[in-house]
Amino acid sequence: MGLLFFYSLRNLLTRRLTTILTALGMALVVFVFASIIMLAEGLKKTLVETGSSGNVVILRKSAETEVQSRIDRDQASILETLPEIALGEDGQRLIAKELLVLITMQKKNSDGIANVIIRGIGKHSFSLRPQVKLITGRMPRWGTSEIVVGQSVAKRFKNTGLQRTLSFATRSWNIVGVFDAGDTGFSSEIWGDADQLMQSFRRQTYSSVILRLRNPNLFQGLKKRISNDPRFTLGVMREKDYYLKQSETMATFLRILGISLTLIFSIGAVVGAMITMFAAVANRTAEIGTLRALGFQRKSILFAFLLESLILGFFGGCAGLLFASLLQFLTVSTMNFQTFSELAFRFSITPGIIIKSMAFSIFMGFAGGLLPAFRASRMNIVDSLREV
Amino acid sequence: MRNEELILSINNVFKSYHRGSQIVRVLENISLELERGAFLALMGPSGSGKSTLLNLIAGLDYVDQGTIEIDGVDITTLSETDLARWRSVNVGFIFQFYNLIPVLTAFENVELPLLLTSLSKRERQKHVSAALSVVNMEDRVDHYPNQLSGGQQQRVAIARAIVTDPTILVADEPTGDLDRISAENVLDLMDRLNRDLGKTIIMVTHDPSAGKRAHSMEHLDKGVLNHDL
Repeated sequence: MGLLFFYSLRNLLTRRLTTILTALGMALVVFVFASIIMLAEGLKKTLVETGSSGNVVILRKSAETEVQSRIDRDQASILETLPEIALGEDGQRLIAKELLVLITMQKKNSDGIANVIIRGIGKHSFSLRPQVKLITGRMPRWGTSEIVVGQSVAKRFKNTGLQRTLSFATRSWNIVGVFDAGDTGFSSEIWGDADQLMQSFRRQTYSSVILRLRNPNLFQGLKKRISNDPRFTLGVMREKDYYLKQSETMATFLRILGISLTLIFSIGAVVGAMITMFAAVANRTAEIGTLRALGFQRKSILFAFLLESLILGFFGGCAGLLFASLLQFLTVSTMNFQTFSELAFRFSITPGIIIKSMAFSIFMGFAGGLLPAFRASRMNIVDSLREV
Repeated sequence: MRNEELILSINNVFKSYHRGSQIVRVLENISLELERGAFLALMGPSGSGKSTLLNLIAGLDYVDQGTIEIDGVDITTLSETDLARWRSVNVGFIFQFYNLIPVLTAFENVELPLLLTSLSKRERQKHVSAALSVVNMEDRVDHYPNQLSGGQQQRVAIARAIVTDPTILVADEPTGDLDRISAENVLDLMDRLNRDLGKTIIMVTHDPSAGKRAHSMEHLDKGVLNHDL
């Protein structure tokens, strides 16, 4: 077994150039496959990590996102009295009535524009999102036209640095701070006083209410209370589930796109592997005859050539994954079609992606090697031995 | 000749090939007996059927008619799988062009047939070393075939042929690709294997001087054995 493995491996090494080119063909397909799944995973991770399992998002009933949601001031005020809400360090209820509006902004390194989320926040919005941390400047003062911007916004859009002024909603807004929310969607947002923003955008309603539960187990009780109360026309979701749901459409789209593209590319890679292996069989006809003469069965020949093709697939998979893993250091942005806003995120590689990519690559090796290996195993011994 | 001393018994063997719609008769009613420890040279002009007969004896091909009994086993009745297993135990091959696997070292080439046995790695190493020392190639174990001369490659091929201690050695033009000195060395070695180790050897050759090194000679002409020559 060991010697047969080395036999296959050394045959590949002997034909270095062909081996490298074939493996690179497979590596390209694995790269595309892995990178698109990494993209979907990164998007999902970013949105899922945006939510916290102890927080609850309340939207208008049937609204799927904050963009579509409207909550009257009356209803929002009643929500503040609910007993399930946790108390903050200041003894006040951890609840924030927020506004979400989209504005278009110019990107830094191109003439393109993109939608950016403006989030009107309440006093407890920062406490409810402990992952959001101010990295420069200060917090906006309540009742003023001051805003703080997420790090991804500051990096990607014009005029978004500290002390700069942004004009929107008939006012000029001073940027007094930049915050970092890690790999979450909040990094792609601009935050300011909700009441000031509502006034400027001439909005009479909030978009959402976020609250922290005293105990995560109280969620079902809260949900039941709100749905049974005739004063409310609201829907309740855990914040984590809310963002997970947001990520699903986009991640699924990316996955389908990735798999479709990869399937088309993989046909080329499989044909490449097949040509390589057919050439290997043709060049080693006498060897095959010799091995069969020595007593090796057909299945051993089939196995040896298939193993060679699987090794090719393995090398291709490793190379493709190596290239794809470098993408982790890139941050990309795309339109989040749930909120129609720009969302920055990183490619994310997981053990699952590694396993899937390697399995896919080895399968390509198998598909490419099966016919040539079968042909090798069916060769007539006497005819093969004549091919010296 | 006592029956238990017979190692090969060929009875009324016919063999033909299809060339398109034509049937080419290669062997006609061949019968031959050989005793254990013999060194037979099968001679004849090109196309006389000597390699075909050797292939049939070695279990590489099937007869159309007749039987071939080797050491009490009628190999014409064996299935393809059983025949492969039988070859691995009973036949040692020496080819004209050595047929060593280019990506394996001399040691690994000789070890190859032993992979089909149940020997442990240590036992395999012992057998390979012994076989390589018989052919005086123990100092070239790590060399690849392209690092060896033709004569040396053929000696490694002979080591591979004897490593399983087979019942018969079949050699198809073993000196056909060698210069005179290397050819003499290979023939000396085969002679030694036959004389000192008692190996039964059947050699196909059209070289009369090689044929003279065998102890007996059979001539084939147009697929017919001519015992009278």
